[in-house]
Amino acid sequence: MGKSVVVIGGGTAGMEAAGRLAHEGYSVTLIEKGEEFGGHLRDWYHLFPDRRSSDEVLAYLNNQVSHQNIRLLKGQRVTGFQRKGNEFIVSTGGGDTINADALLLATGFDLFKSQRKEEYGYGIYDNVITSADLEMMFRKKDLRLANGIIPERVGFLHCVGSRDEKVGNIYCSKLCCVTAVKQAIEVRKMIPSAKVFCFYMDMRMGGALYEELYKEAQEKYSVSFIRGKVSEVAVNINDRLVAKVEDTLAGRPLKMELDMLVLMAGMEMSEDGIKLADGAKLKRGENRFFQPADHHFGTNIGNMKGVFYAGACTAPLNITETISHARSAVTEIVNYLNSEK
Amino acid sequence: MNFDPFVIPFNIGLYFILIYAVVRSVIWFRELSRPDKLRLQRGFFGRAFGQSLKEIFLESLIHRKILKSNPRLGYMHMSLAFGWFLLILFGTIEADIFGERHLNPPDRAIFFRFFNPDHGKTFFESSYAFMMDLILAFILSGLVLAVIKRFSSKVVGMKKTTKLKPLDKVALTSLWLIFPSRLIAESLTSGAYGTGSFLTGSLGEWFASFLPANELAYPFWWLYSLSLGTFFVLLPLTRYLHIPTELFLIFMRNSGIRTGDRPGTYSEVEVHSCSSCGMCIDVCQLGFSAGINTIQATYLMKGIRNREELHDIAHNCLMCGRCDQICPVGIEISPIRMIVRRTEDIENVYESRWKGYLRSRINVVTPRQETGTSYDFLPVRKQEKTDVLYFAGCMTHLTPSIKKAMVRILDASGLKWSFMDEDGGVCCGRPLMLEGNDREARELINHNSDLIWKSGARTLVTSCPICYKVFRESYYLDLEVLHHSQFIKNLIDEGLVDLNYLQKRVTYHTPCELGRRSGVYDEPLEVIKHVASLEATGYDNENSLCCGGSLGNIMLSREKRQKIAEDVTARLTACSPDSLITACPLCKKTLAQATSTRVMDIAELAVEAIAAVPEVKKTRRGVSKKKVIGETTATI
Repeated sequence: MGKSVVVIGGGTAGMEAAGRLAHEGYSVTLIEKGEEFGGHLRDWYHLFPDRRSSDEVLAYLNNQVSHQNIRLLKGQRVTGFQRKGNEFIVSTGGGDTINADALLLATGFDLFKSQRKEEYGYGIYDNVITSADLEMMFRKKDLRLANGIIPERVGFLHCVGSRDEKVGNIYCSKLCCVTAVKQAIEVRKMIPSAKVFCFYMDMRMGGALYEELYKEAQEKYSVSFIRGKVSEVAVNINDRLVAKVEDTLAGRPLKMELDMLVLMAGMEMSEDGIKLADGAKLKRGENRFFQPADHHFGTNIGNMKGVFYAGACTAPLNITETISHARSAVTEIVNYLNSEK
Repeated sequence: MNFDPFVIPFNIGLYFILIYAVVRSVIWFRELSRPDKLRLQRGFFGRAFGQSLKEIFLESLIHRKILKSNPRLGYMHMSLAFGWFLLILFGTIEADIFGERHLNPPDRAIFFRFFNPDHGKTFFESSYAFMMDLILAFILSGLVLAVIKRFSSKVVGMKKTTKLKPLDKVALTSLWLIFPSRLIAESLTSGAYGTGSFLTGSLGEWFASFLPANELAYPFWWLYSLSLGTFFVLLPLTRYLHIPTELFLIFMRNSGIRTGDRPGTYSEVEVHSCSSCGMCIDVCQLGFSAGINTIQATYLMKGIRNREELHDIAHNCLMCGRCDQICPVGIEISPIRMIVRRTEDIENVYESRWKGYLRSRINVVTPRQETGTSYDFLPVRKQEKTDVLYFAGCMTHLTPSIKKAMVRILDASGLKWSFMDEDGGVCCGRPLMLEGNDREARELINHNSDLIWKSGARTLVTSCPICYKVFRESYYLDLEVLHHSQFIKNLIDEGLVDLNYLQKRVTYHTPCELGRRSGVYDEPLEVIKHVASLEATGYDNENSLCCGGSLGNIMLSREKRQKIAEDVTARLTACSPDSLITACPLCKKTLAQATSTRVMDIAELAVEAIAAVPEVKKTRRGVSKKKVIGETTATI
């Protein structure tokens, strides 16, 4: 015993793994670049599919990392790491170095920057927002347009930066569909008179209770699902958004007047993760996420001995999957450290 | 001596090529359209003739353009072309002055030393021989470069050289043999007779010291004559046809003939004028950024000459026009590429006659399905009367920041204006044209023209250089068409907008369609300089790069486009400017994906400068000021 592990990234995956490793008796350093632990979870209001508060999950994770074996470093960015013999030397922005026997990368994801799809008008029209902006509104319980008026017609645009070859992302981010359904319901609950539309390519409801939520959204909350992607967004003379979209099921072009358009931004490999990967020559896949040793039984193992991955730095994952992935990473690390005596 | 059989191969070659040139010129002339025939006749008796002689001297002999852009490569071409010309010229004079008679047949000049072996004893004669040796040395130095270039193109400052076909190799070998065999033949003869100057004389003396010079000279005179003859006979089948053809090209161009949009004599002359110098290879971004090295202009020309399958070469091109700009022969490459794209539904059946020396072309038009009007579904729009008509275009609708900026500028100008495609209009037609579908494009053009006529506008402003070019060139409109960069410049000049000076360092990316394709370079620069500090990038004006987003290529993969765009932004943001400015929605969209530097359209930059000025609320369709931009800016 007495071996040490450095976990880079204090989001869901990093916190869960750090907690589990500490319980196993290893001394763990958890490094987070932000001022708080919790990652993207802190920006979320309710989680799908059961709309439980994200704060509950956050509380569980905070409880996990309050352990004597864990040293928490926040507001520190890892600038790189080196492997010397069987040891890793991790350097942080502060100029410190930390030694470790194993390294767990839990660098997570960045939200797709919706400005890159300029045709949707994010950053140009005030009432075009992202799914993350909407969650912040939910958290503040204040859902309004830029001019303070309550929106009456809200659109959700799926697959922004996902399954889109033009921005170089051909993969599906897989959470946005169910998030849109969840958010559509939340909007209807907050503003019962609002009309809500979802513009989708395919509804990918492949998780436990997702399909049920989708059904509920249609039957109970009268959300309109329109199969077709928005091509461009403009504003009309009344300053209302006008979305051009083709209803591919009805086979006709539509022009929809909306008060608010929510872009379901996809997930991309985090920029800091890319820097770390390129600095240490870690393999990345065509989707730019870390490429694990094996997609079936080695999803936590990196191409450098002693480097492990957990969470959404390997592919888009939801909270449930991230926690499972972090636990399996712990198993791999324990195996590795036991064999390296 | 009056005759020796070794001159026969040379004479056969020479008279063959002369007769061939006459026959080919007659065919070409007959295939010219009537207006082009008139242009040519007018040119022959007009200023074009003198101009052409000057240009032939400067470009075909001296190779001025290549010399300017690449001195080593230019020297190579100049020494071979100009040197050979001098050798023939002064050889003829030599034969005329020193020979037995005046007005000798051509072989007398070429083989002068053989027929007058003891020539060169007097001071004047030996000085002349010195000059002839100097010219020969000049040519040989170029030949050495050419041989080195064939094996290592970097020596002459080129990254890549062209690939050859087998017949070219035979012709190339015979060309390479001409001057060394002359050198050795002349040296041996000089050695035997104790004549010759510093080159042939000294070499000959050395040969004669250990070789039977007189006996050995004869086979080399044969080799010299044979290589000349072989070169001349093969010339029409190889790329060396460019040597005589370029003379026709220069004359036709100076007479005012242009490529046009159908294959014809001029495009054929252009294709055969390509010397395969390969300068288009090094400037092609598909080559140096995307690693595609099979589609460059020189390969297109070669493909057309050899009747190869051309689909991929013709279509895998950004149509940026960088090769048109660099071509030292002045071949209009992009129009020729468009001809190949367009004629895909016309099958060009060539009948090769006389082993490929002559050909006849039969155009077989493949029947097209009659679809009637394919754009019946277009909405009917009522166009109101206005002074300035703004056409955003498809790409601007996909970059709403530009559209928003233009609306702001138009409102601020106080002019009476109308947004022609506010609810999304009809495409200007250029993407269809670039793919060679002119008929479909014409339907869109008619639809838009109708709206423009009905508006009664005097100025049409577009935000997209693609639309700008097509409105100017392919529409029949009786109004001024301006790109928004020109329009903004006019507004500044007229005092219709007040712009502040921004504390900003910027670089400018010239869009291909606005710069090389439409010749608009100055107005965007003036607008930028009016509001910000502009840095040079080394890729300015004619030398600008293509962003990689070109509509002219639908074969290029996204990854390669991205590579091109990243390469471009890296070069344009090397001085770390605050913003990278462009004047095309497509360029903006493409470049913005490839850099962390802020990419802005020139209209957005102008709006930032307006924003600093207190805004006076004006209604969009406000009363027009007395001054209307269309009348006051006719000087552009």
